[in-house]
Amino acid sequence: MSAETATEAGAPVEEHAPRWRVLLSAVMANRLALFGLVVLGLLVMAAVLGERLAPYPPNAADVPERLRPPSLRHPFGTDELGRDVFSRVLVAARVSLQVGFIAVGISLAAGVLLGLIAGFYGRWIDDAIMRVTDMLFAFPAILLAIAILAVLGPGIANAMIAIGIVYTPIFARITRGSVLSVRERVFVTAARSLGASDLRLVTLHVLPNVLAPIIVQTSISLAFAILSEAALSFLGLGVQPPDPSWGRMLAEGRGFVQQAWWMGVFPGAAIFVTVLAFNLLGDALRDALDPRQRSAIESRGLTA
Amino acid sequence: MASYVVRRVAQALVVLLGVSVVVFALVHLVPGDPIRVSMGTRFNPDAYEALRARAGFDLPLPVQYGRYLANAAAGDLGVSFRSGDPVTTTLLGRLPATLSLAGSALLVALLIAVPLGIFSAIRSGSKLDYVATVFSQAGISLPDFWMAILLILLFSGVLGWLPPSGYVSPLADPIGWLSHLVLPAITVGVVSGSILTRFVRSSVLESLGEDYTRTARSKGLHERTVVTRHVLRNALVPIITVTGLQLAYLLGGVIIVEVIFAWPGLGQLALLAVQSRDYPVLQGTVLLVAVVFLLINLIVDLLYAAADPRIRYK
Repeated sequence: MSAETATEAGAPVEEHAPRWRVLLSAVMANRLALFGLVVLGLLVMAAVLGERLAPYPPNAADVPERLRPPSLRHPFGTDELGRDVFSRVLVAARVSLQVGFIAVGISLAAGVLLGLIAGFYGRWIDDAIMRVTDMLFAFPAILLAIAILAVLGPGIANAMIAIGIVYTPIFARITRGSVLSVRERVFVTAARSLGASDLRLVTLHVLPNVLAPIIVQTSISLAFAILSEAALSFLGLGVQPPDPSWGRMLAEGRGFVQQAWWMGVFPGAAIFVTVLAFNLLGDALRDALDPRQRSAIESRGLTA
Repeated sequence: MASYVVRRVAQALVVLLGVSVVVFALVHLVPGDPIRVSMGTRFNPDAYEALRARAGFDLPLPVQYGRYLANAAAGDLGVSFRSGDPVTTTLLGRLPATLSLAGSALLVALLIAVPLGIFSAIRSGSKLDYVATVFSQAGISLPDFWMAILLILLFSGVLGWLPPSGYVSPLADPIGWLSHLVLPAITVGVVSGSILTRFVRSSVLESLGEDYTRTARSKGLHERTVVTRHVLRNALVPIITVTGLQLAYLLGGVIIVEVIFAWPGLGQLALLAVQSRDYPVLQGTVLLVAVVFLLINLIVDLLYAAADPRIRYK
């Protein structure tokens, strides 16, 4: 399955078919992953079109229409100010995806860089970086995010930074682990003996071969980042009113659980479906990109 | 084994030292004067000077850190900027509520995960296995604060069986305590149980595929004996490990659930501390949770190494 011949273009990537086609066929073959992809498509649409798609302006109060149950005019009902819950849920998709992607972008960039350095150079640099990640792992994720926001102050930009920091160590650890196994491979040694610089070795030979677990982790982290944003906004530390955010709406709906169940149920369902979609996609990617794991599960499944 | 214990304890101490630096830095990274900020509109010059003197903010940072570390090691985590109470006393007062919630949530999680995980592994590919997979996938994606609201809606609003939130001391009213505990424990337990289910399943599946299982089967043992004597016994070690780690995660995971159910534990305290900018209380909470987290990790690792000698040589 591996062709360890260094070509001029760089290190061999261990698939015969183009990577995107492998991924696409894996996703299409998996009904759950397809569901995830469809949900994701709808979310992106809601995020891009937002207000233009929403039947009402998301922040427009209409007090006589307050606390109306779901109906044809208001499919998700109205909140305590008469705002249309459906429009707010729709528009809030943007902030969730934004925070998710930017936060994970931060974790991805910082974590992969740290992991590459630690894995590639080893020795004390590796020790130092890994002890710092150990340290960050010693805090439960949400508590660490809260502590960081206590320093930075609440708000959406700071929430992105906090979530980004919290999910950096996992990327560092995963990247380092993969780099360690790739570092000593023949194609790296060959390129090194040809006089390739460290930068060239890492970017052209090591990185392409450690991408699979990083891609899988990115999808899973997106799920957790969106969940964290919702949690922080729920606690009043993320998105600030009056802007709609699923977590924030859930917090507001909490006070009206008895009178207006729809205020909390729909935003929560939006969080759930979004997180589920990213998780399902992550699982499908894992199946497609980490064949070792798949075959392990398959063979064990057969013996049972 | 002895050298492994020494190595692992030393590693935990290094991490703990790093954690203490982070926690110490928390108050110093705040822009401006944290004591003034925390007092806000209730500014009182005398109280301000007293807190400032006690905090020793005029000393050089390394000296301050040294003092913080020495005091923390002796169990003194400073006083609240708000109430003036010792942080350690406040934390200890909150600990039982959090521990009882985390413990009962873990119980709920195990009651779900152990049977579901074992049966879905034994009958892998069956409908039950499918249900278990869907359950764990859904559980992992479920926002606990949403589930809390749904449970309150159903059991408190519609059915009226349980109180929506609050806490009573188990010493004063055990039944009342239990009725307040049920919903938060289920909320945290279901989410945690869905993760545990996956681990139990894969651990049992792994054990089912091992040589000793094949040997036990080919000896002609009854399938029930194979599963209980050989498969489950070997699958137990990783399950215990993950359960220990889950307990550690639960301590952090209960934060939001505590807030929703007005459960007077460490999570609620942490949020109150952030909202009132009471940095010593926040520092203390974060430090205590991290220490418990590290301690559980250490114990789990040592138990694991004791059970499986291969670990020690890694």
